[in-house]
Parts: sequence; C-alpha cells; structure tokens
Amino acid sequence: MILPDLLVVVIAAVLLLVLMRLQRKASPRFRTIPALSRLYRAIGLSVEDGTRLLIGLGNTSLLTRSAGAPLAGLGMLRRLTERTSLSDRPPVAVAGEAPLALLAQDTLEAGYQGAGAGEYYQPTNGRLAGLTPFSAAAGTIPMLGDEDVSAAVFMGHFGVESALLADAAERANAFAVGSSDDLAGQTVWFASAPETLIGEELFAASAYISGTPEQIASISVQDVLRWVIIGALLLGSGAKLLGLF
Amino acid sequence: MRIVALVLAIVAGLVVLIGYFIPVLAPIQNIILDWAIILVGTATIVGVFNLVLVHGSKIAQREKGRAYSVILLICLFGAFVFGLVLGPAHPWMRLIVNGVIVPVEATLMALLAVTLVYASIRLLRRRANAMSIVFLATALVMMIASATLPSGEIGALNNFLRPWLQHVLAFGGARGILLGVALGTLLTGLRVLIGADQPYGRG
Repeated sequence: MILPDLLVVVIAAVLLLVLMRLQRKASPRFRTIPALSRLYRAIGLSVEDGTRLLIGLGNTSLLTRSAGAPLAGLGMLRRLTERTSLSDRPPVAVAGEAPLALLAQDTLEAGYQGAGAGEYYQPTNGRLAGLTPFSAAAGTIPMLGDEDVSAAVFMGHFGVESALLADAAERANAFAVGSSDDLAGQTVWFASAPETLIGEELFAASAYISGTPEQIASISVQDVLRWVIIGALLLGSGAKLLGLF
Repeated sequence: MRIVALVLAIVAGLVVLIGYFIPVLAPIQNIILDWAIILVGTATIVGVFNLVLVHGSKIAQREKGRAYSVILLICLFGAFVFGLVLGPAHPWMRLIVNGVIVPVEATLMALLAVTLVYASIRLLRRRANAMSIVFLATALVMMIASATLPSGEIGALNNFLRPWLQHVLAFGGARGILLGVALGTLLTGLRVLIGADQPYGRG
C-alpha cells in the first residue's frame, strides 16, 4: 500500500507546482459558496461597526492526521487579520490546543504586519481557551457574549461541542460560519450554525478570500484528483459488475 | 531568521514524510517526531502562561465577567501547586479530575443534547431549503426506527429503511466528504511543505 500512497503524494506535488506556475497567468473562476459570500458581508459590517471578529481554530494537535484543518484555519486567520486589523476592535483568534494558540499569535502578528499595522498587534488576541474540546468551548462562549463579537468563523477540528459555540454566537447576535474536518462536527454545525462549510470547502475558503496562485492551484489539484478518484471508483464498480475481479 | 525557519520546516517536513515511505529514514523520522512532542509539551506551558496573561489583564482592566477569571486563576494555581507537591497520581489530584472536570464536561454534554434538539427545531426557520428538510426527515426516521416503541419495533423501518439509509446513503455521503477532506489535508500539507503557506514566522 506504500507505493500507491507515495504515487498520490508525488502526483499531487507535481500538479501543484505546475499549476502554481500556470495560475500566475490565468485568472481563477470559482463556484459561489453562499457561506463565504455571507462571511464577506459580515466582515465588512464588523469593520464598519467597529465590532470584533472571532476566529476559532479548534482543538486538535498538529501532530495528528487532523492537522490539515487547523492549518487551513490559520491560512484563513492570516487573510482575515489583514482585512480587519484596522477595525476599532481587533480580531481575536481562539484555539483549544497550546501550540495552535502560539501559531495563532504568530499568524495574527504576520497579518498585522501584512496590513502595515504591526504596531497595533496585541499578543493577548491569540488565546488558548482550554485544553479539552468542552473546556475550549466553555472558554470561547464568554468571549462571544462579552467582547462585542459580530462575526465568528470556526475553522479547524471541532466535534459535537460545536452546537454550544453556535448557540452562544446566536445569543450574541453574531453571524457564525462553522466548519470541521470531523463528520460529527460538520453534522452539528449544519444543524446549528447559520452557515456551514462542508467537506473540502473548509480547505478552499482562504483561496476564496485571498486568491494567491498557490491556493488557487491547490484547489485545481483537488478538483483533478477528485475526478481521478471518481473515475477509479466508477471503473472499479464497472469491473466488479462485469466480474473482472 | 525567516529563511532559517523556512528551511528547517521544509527539511523536517520532508524527512518525516519520506520516512513513511522509505523505512531506512524511519529512525530519523522518529527522532524528529520525539522533538516535536517535547516542543508541544513546552508550548503547552507557554499556552498556559497566555491563559494567565489574558485572564490577568481581564481582571486588571475590570472587564465584564472578571469574577470568573479570578476563579479560573485560583483553581489553576491551586491545581498546579497541588500537582507539584502531591504528584498527578495522588488520590486528591484524582479527586479534582473525577470530582470537578469529569462532572463539568458531562454537564456540558447533557446541555449539548438540549441545545441540539433546539437547534434542529429552529433549522427550518434559519435555513429553509431542501437539504434542511432531508436532514431533519432522515434524523427523524433514524430515531423512530432505532426507538423501542410500546407497540414494539416498526419492522419495515428497522429492518429495511434504517440499514439502507445507514449503509448506503450515509456511508456513501460520509466517504465522499472524507475523500474531500483527505484531499484538502494533503494539499494543505504540501503547501506548507513547499513553503507556500507559512503558519510560522512572518511569511
């Protein structure tokens, strides 16, 4: 099983590098994701109103196989910080895992510097909310209620505790977009949040916001690989139906 | 400094990745992973300092809800001192875990059940579309089919519809979503590996 895995990684890497070069010349065309369209508006309103944006990064360790989701969340944090750093109330990033909280601080600082507002960066805006999923949720809920949050983006590894976060956001009249790489988390977000990012939309979100060639290329590679998998599944089913194996 | 961080991250990432495919590199991969575990432990201590800093400033600036911050800090320092003096395996330390943390998390879990029912009821008001109707109808069918009613089980639901929904539709959908998540994770990892995304330093 090692060879096919290696082959997928190598093909993905080669495609990514090739498409990164090609994307510099062509402008991207994305399908509309309603959750992200509403998020744009909510971010614009939060900057105009001088209210706060909260970004939740979930509670998984970066040493597990779920590390992709918080990394995608950090990418989103960087883009959103660049857009909202000059708001009256700076954005807050919350994590349920200490290394993730430190990376969130680093990303916030990079976002402020990217926006040319490095002097406004405050380390306490990247926070550790708790060390277990429920304690992190319990630590985030008061922030939604007490810190004038008008928009909340939850992007990372969240489980069933998502319902508590969505409920707290609704009580605080904050627009919430929920996403998770966990199936239970996605289900709960779908039932309880105003907008949800399903499946790979979580990983595409920061490309929609920033549109750098690297991120656009990675969406294209995802699409190519997805069609390859669909083809393989159909071929396999057909072959099985015909009794070839 | 930024270049050094970038090179270190790329080299370490590549060695760990290649270590999965080439067994000769596995010992080096293990060493790097051990270092990472030590760093995560250290980062946890730094993270707890961040927690103290955030709640300390909340108390100093007399912000709303500062009483909870005071309680949190007292409990944090209390548990830390007791843990240092008695050790984590001491019965008193176990009492803190079993008598406080476990019941609090269980309470939140119970609250979650109520919150989810309430959220499902409001789902159609919040997002009235075909997907919401399918979601609620499926949840309802699954619950009725799984429940033991006074009249006994509903045979058609329990024996035919529930397994079909679970094993055909739900498994198929879940696998599709998980494939998308896996591809997204792979590409996110590769972007970090080639230095296109840098969730560290000032990249």
